[in-house]
Amino acid sequence: MPTIAESLNNIRLLDELSGQATPVHRLHPLTKLLTTLSFLVVTVSFGKYDLSAMLPLIIYPVALMITGDIPFTPLFKRMLIISPLAIGLGIFNPFFDREPLIILPWLQISGGWVSFTVIMLKFVLTVLAALILVATTGITGIASALRALRIPKIFVMQLILTYRYIALLLEEVARILLAYSLRSPFSRGVHFSAWGSLSGQLLIKTHLRAQRVYESMLCRGFAGEYNTGSLKRFSLLDLAYFTGFTLFFITVRYGNIPVRIGALITDLIK
Amino acid sequence: MHMADALISPAVGAGMWAAATGIALYSIKKVQDMENHKVPLMAVMGAFVFAAQMINFSIPGTGSSGHLGGGLLLAILLGPYAGFLTMASVLIIQALFFADGGLLALGCNTFNLGFYSCFIIYPLIYRLIVNKKPSTARLFTGTLIAAVIGLQLGAFSVVLETVVSGRTELPFSTFIMLMQPIHLAIGIVEGLVTASIVAFVWQARPEIIEHTSSTRGISVSRVLAAFALAAILTGGVLSWFASTRPDGLEWSIAKISGQEQLESNGTIHKVLAAVQAKIAFLPDYSFKSSPELPAAGHGQQWPAVNGETSFAGLIGGIMTLLLAGLAGLGIMYIKKLRKAKVLVE
Repeated sequence: MPTIAESLNNIRLLDELSGQATPVHRLHPLTKLLTTLSFLVVTVSFGKYDLSAMLPLIIYPVALMITGDIPFTPLFKRMLIISPLAIGLGIFNPFFDREPLIILPWLQISGGWVSFTVIMLKFVLTVLAALILVATTGITGIASALRALRIPKIFVMQLILTYRYIALLLEEVARILLAYSLRSPFSRGVHFSAWGSLSGQLLIKTHLRAQRVYESMLCRGFAGEYNTGSLKRFSLLDLAYFTGFTLFFITVRYGNIPVRIGALITDLIK
Repeated sequence: MHMADALISPAVGAGMWAAATGIALYSIKKVQDMENHKVPLMAVMGAFVFAAQMINFSIPGTGSSGHLGGGLLLAILLGPYAGFLTMASVLIIQALFFADGGLLALGCNTFNLGFYSCFIIYPLIYRLIVNKKPSTARLFTGTLIAAVIGLQLGAFSVVLETVVSGRTELPFSTFIMLMQPIHLAIGIVEGLVTASIVAFVWQARPEIIEHTSSTRGISVSRVLAAFALAAILTGGVLSWFASTRPDGLEWSIAKISGQEQLESNGTIHKVLAAVQAKIAFLPDYSFKSSPELPAAGHGQQWPAVNGETSFAGLIGGIMTLLLAGLAGLGIMYIKKLRKAKVLVE
């Protein structure tokens, strides 16, 4: 579980990154959303031993991070925080699957280690793809892409508002916890006797806030429509981006490029 | 308990997406009729659940701490439909901004953490215990039991989704023996936290809980109909992409018993098998096997273990990584040149 400070930093960083003006940021949000989805589907469709075949997929996040001016370190830190789940479930593979799969003159690697590495590679790729989508599109861009996909406006509006209030409520929780820790300096968490009152009071405050929010929205002319801004028009670049990357993903999926390159090189050596 | 993309297969991801989308569309239809003021309320409550999950609640007598679970609390505060949609929004934001649970696994997570709490546990357990006349004791007990059972169902779903996806080697029985007891302990803590909050709010501002308690319950039959539709869609369309290799359950059965399918004894099994043989129009999904790859499950070894292929794969893999690295360096160099040009101008 990340700390409040980490979560707030994460939101601010992604908001900041999504405000840049690189060629990737200028693309239509729907193009980026659909390309990300096709990348994710292709990535998870690889078999559990297809380690070498899926390696070329690394090109996608690397290319986007470089062209979209996205720093790797904060994304990597984020991955480290959430990696225990993938490691926790994948680490059993080497114990259950001991059959040798990669046989080299000096080394034998079991199927379990290969499938574990595949899970970790898939984890890194899918997490990077989602974070890159947000870092280059932002929540408003994603909302407009969802509207373009005809997702009902009530859901999209709710999604944007939830996102906006998360930052606000995280700060409120941080203040409450600071106040609590100053009054109970040696406790590691909230004491059992305060479980209900501490979060319950926050909940009641939040409920009152929702009423004020709604009244403010009405005062500003809210009539059931949340404006996500004018939607960009599709350009040829969008078409080229989506088609190019999708074709690349399909080629990687069915072409097993690394083995072909390897076979070519070993043939040349012979 | 968030599922990651790396642990599921596309078929499981798409199937769960279809189920979650069906339930979400039905919920949206229900929520659209309600008053406008509920939208900011849903959003702010979603944000509350997200933020409150960061609070560490210390467990008495142990050195560890527990957290708040979201789905049930949202169903209690907003009703099942709005609660489900709010939970879905929270999960989308967690997947996008915090990489907590993947985008493809979003259907799984919405189902595991939202559907059970809002559409199974809330109407069938919580409402049954709390009844029409809520009291602090009833609210506390109802919330606690509902939270525990909800998390057990969610954890069971995680096991099924993972095993059917066939990405991990953990056998079904081992996995379930790991997941259920751990989530029983987590569920009790989550339940106690949620129940304490609900009981406090009931004493301080009863109208917040009274409002949803007085609203009409959900139609379970309609939810089941949506479920059936999603299942038909999954079976009819997504099975085109089904793997020719044994699925996770078949595989785990094979590992335990040494056979791909369990042998059935007894008259009932024989009668049912005979009926199934007559009516089955896709017996074991007989797909055409590719000439290069031996079909799985026919006593032939898969995957083909071959030293030459391993070596070619290794060389090719290294070459690909080098090429990817070079391409990256190339783009960076071009960008640097461009920046320098702009500065000169």
